[in-house]
Amino acid sequence: MSTTTRTTGGAIGASLDRIDGPRKVTGTAPYAYEHRVDNPLYLFPLRSEIVRGQVTGIDASAAEALPGVVVVVTHENAPQLADTGDRELAILQSGEVAFRNQYVGAVLAETFEAARHAAGLVEVSYAEEPHEAELREDGDLYTPEQLNAGFPTDTEEGDVEEAFSSAAVTLDGRYTTPMEHNNPMEPHTTVAVWKAGDLTLYESTQGAHPVQRTVAKIFGIDRNRARVVAPYVGGGFGSKGLPHANTILAALAAQMVEGRPVKFAVTRQQMFTGVGYRTPTIQKIRLGADSEGRLTAVTHDVIEQTSKIKEFAEQTAAVTRSMYATDNRRTTHRLAALDVPVPSWMRAPGEAPGMFALESAMDEMAEKCGLDPIEFRIRNEPEIDAETGLPYSSRNLVACLREGAERFGWRDRTPAPRSHQEGRWLVGNGVASATYPVFRLPGSRATIRYEGDDKYAVEFGAADVGTGAWTALTQISADAIGVGVDNIELRIGDTAFPFASVAGGSSGITAWGSAIFEAARVFRERHGDNPSEGDEVQARTPNNPETENYAMHAFGAFFVEARVDVDTCEVRVPRMTGVFAAGKIINAKTARSQFMGGMTMGLSMALHEESLVDGRFGHVINQDFAEYHIPTNADIGEMDISWIDEDDPYVNPMGSKGIGEIGIVGSAAAVANAVYNATGIRVRDLPITPDKLIQ
Amino acid sequence: MKLRLMVNGESRETEVREGESLLYVLRERLGLFGSKNACEQGECGSCSVYLDGELVCACLVLAGQAEGSEVVTVEGLSEGERLHPVQEAFLEAGAVQCGFCTPGLIVAAHDLLSRNSEPTEAEVREALAGNLCRCTGYEKILTAVQMAAETTP
Repeated sequence: MSTTTRTTGGAIGASLDRIDGPRKVTGTAPYAYEHRVDNPLYLFPLRSEIVRGQVTGIDASAAEALPGVVVVVTHENAPQLADTGDRELAILQSGEVAFRNQYVGAVLAETFEAARHAAGLVEVSYAEEPHEAELREDGDLYTPEQLNAGFPTDTEEGDVEEAFSSAAVTLDGRYTTPMEHNNPMEPHTTVAVWKAGDLTLYESTQGAHPVQRTVAKIFGIDRNRARVVAPYVGGGFGSKGLPHANTILAALAAQMVEGRPVKFAVTRQQMFTGVGYRTPTIQKIRLGADSEGRLTAVTHDVIEQTSKIKEFAEQTAAVTRSMYATDNRRTTHRLAALDVPVPSWMRAPGEAPGMFALESAMDEMAEKCGLDPIEFRIRNEPEIDAETGLPYSSRNLVACLREGAERFGWRDRTPAPRSHQEGRWLVGNGVASATYPVFRLPGSRATIRYEGDDKYAVEFGAADVGTGAWTALTQISADAIGVGVDNIELRIGDTAFPFASVAGGSSGITAWGSAIFEAARVFRERHGDNPSEGDEVQARTPNNPETENYAMHAFGAFFVEARVDVDTCEVRVPRMTGVFAAGKIINAKTARSQFMGGMTMGLSMALHEESLVDGRFGHVINQDFAEYHIPTNADIGEMDISWIDEDDPYVNPMGSKGIGEIGIVGSAAAVANAVYNATGIRVRDLPITPDKLIQ
Repeated sequence: MKLRLMVNGESRETEVREGESLLYVLRERLGLFGSKNACEQGECGSCSVYLDGELVCACLVLAGQAEGSEVVTVEGLSEGERLHPVQEAFLEAGAVQCGFCTPGLIVAAHDLLSRNSEPTEAEVREALAGNLCRCTGYEKILTAVQMAAETTP
């Protein structure tokens, strides 16, 4: 019997240190490659040396003769997959090559260096076909049936053309965002082992169960014969949200060496093909306003790329459908299907590139209307969500803008561009809004079991990719069950536990936390306050009927000071303010890091990140950290991060909204707007490199 | 060939193949997974270890070069259950997220504080210039090093 005193909350909101912290700072947390396995083999992939065509011959004799090499796997000897419907994942089933650096084989050897050496000795010959690997506005475009997450491809309300012709002020802008690669610090990694028809994967993933379901289908085995283990994951930012071909390659190769674990960590250079990337976009925005600065017309037309082998239709303009009020609005998306790897999720897919364009355009339009950019946004604040016609469960964008302006010292800004210089530095300030939807993925199930000694086990397969889920879920469990955090034994990151949805779309806490609250309610209903050891319940994330009544989004605002060297045009960002309205904050310490990390990635998107494709050869040429730049500590100045108390009773039992992505939504535009204020130069094509500022 | 070296105060001996890095040997042959492989070409600092007292990227050191050397990894900084002040500070400051860059940063910060017990912010930034982090935005890492400087004896 439990004699624990029931608590009445208090864990949610506490600034608890990371539960996973001690293992991480001592280097003892096992990431995917680091689970102890016996007698492993090492995999080094063979990757296509053409963009498009057929493999016509493979000579692996020199590789096979190398000491330590066990097998060279190619389409000629690879096991057949049970399901080849997903052409990204159906590797080594034919000699077809669909993009440069696609897997055409793999070497398995007793050591990593033997595998890598042998891979270089395999001679592959090809019949090459013409290809197109660069996004062009004038290339062949098509209209997808729908966008990712089920968003409609195009929308239209009112009479846009009529509204433009009668608008007092109009703006016509073209904005582009480049291909970017997620580059979590831990490369995509799989350790695969088959034993008597059972597959175990130690996997670097944002979703153990989604990987389990995918591999079970592809290899034609029952779900419960595939186990995926992922207790610690070294970042993902979306790229580990869906399984990619590297996972299938490891599992496929492991089938040929039944019983022996196969270890495959993608190298940093290989991270630039085949594990997803942010699609490049070309976006056209037109805004029309009346003489008071109220938007009368908005259009947002997007061109972006997908792969010929699998459609990925990013919802880039979806955010424009609800961000500001207008009676006349059109959004469209057109895709170019190219001979390229499949784009995938990268932190706030859709919102991040879309809000760069929209928030840049809003800044331009504010100036044309003669209004302060904050005032212009406030004038166009909608009363309801135009996309659904529903009221917002809470929408505190204006409060964020006002609070941020105060904290940042916006009133000291000189509105005229290029009007403030300090020594060599042109100084400017910029603002932009942030938003992110509250996604609620269905199907997660939490088990709660009383294990005696005042300990409650809480189990489900969720992945903590660095977000702080280990800690936040422990806090949520404590309040849901009504005990202290020390009474909770959280077990996650393994398909041995009940199903958990992917850690993506900033949905984890909403989906998993709701399942925990439901399980706790049922547990108390069945077992009361004094359960016996072994008492257990399992419950699913319930539907939230309030989603029929309210539109649910988080909001925020960014303020940036940019300094641009008057001669070299180097851009520095000495300070950045972010204010968020994202419901109840579960853990102030980990939440702050999530906001800050998002803003840092937004700064990176603004100034650094760009994967450059050589169209002749179809690959990313800057494929390492020397040439694909992400911020170092010298790039980050003072970061002021705060949030307003937001009480939203409709979103979920915690009152929380997702916070993993909102920090990158709009922050790149705030930088661009600050650079404009500093220099008078409007950079509409990311990243803002010095060449774009030299006049 | 045979490789002999001291790792975290213990004498170790292992077979290595030519071309293997010290990082590979630490991880795959000696089972010390604390040092991470995130770029394999010295750009990210995730594999930072001490080699005969010098801070190095273990991925850039050929295993053979470490013959007879003394290596200290992140696993060698704590004494049993007791964390080193640098490790404590990273926890308390909230400087850890996914944790993959953390071991390298901790070794680099440990190295700085062993040379300079009261570093300025600029000195901290310089010392950690070779360590990339994709999650945090660095701010809390810098805070953690300053906190550790105050508590390191």
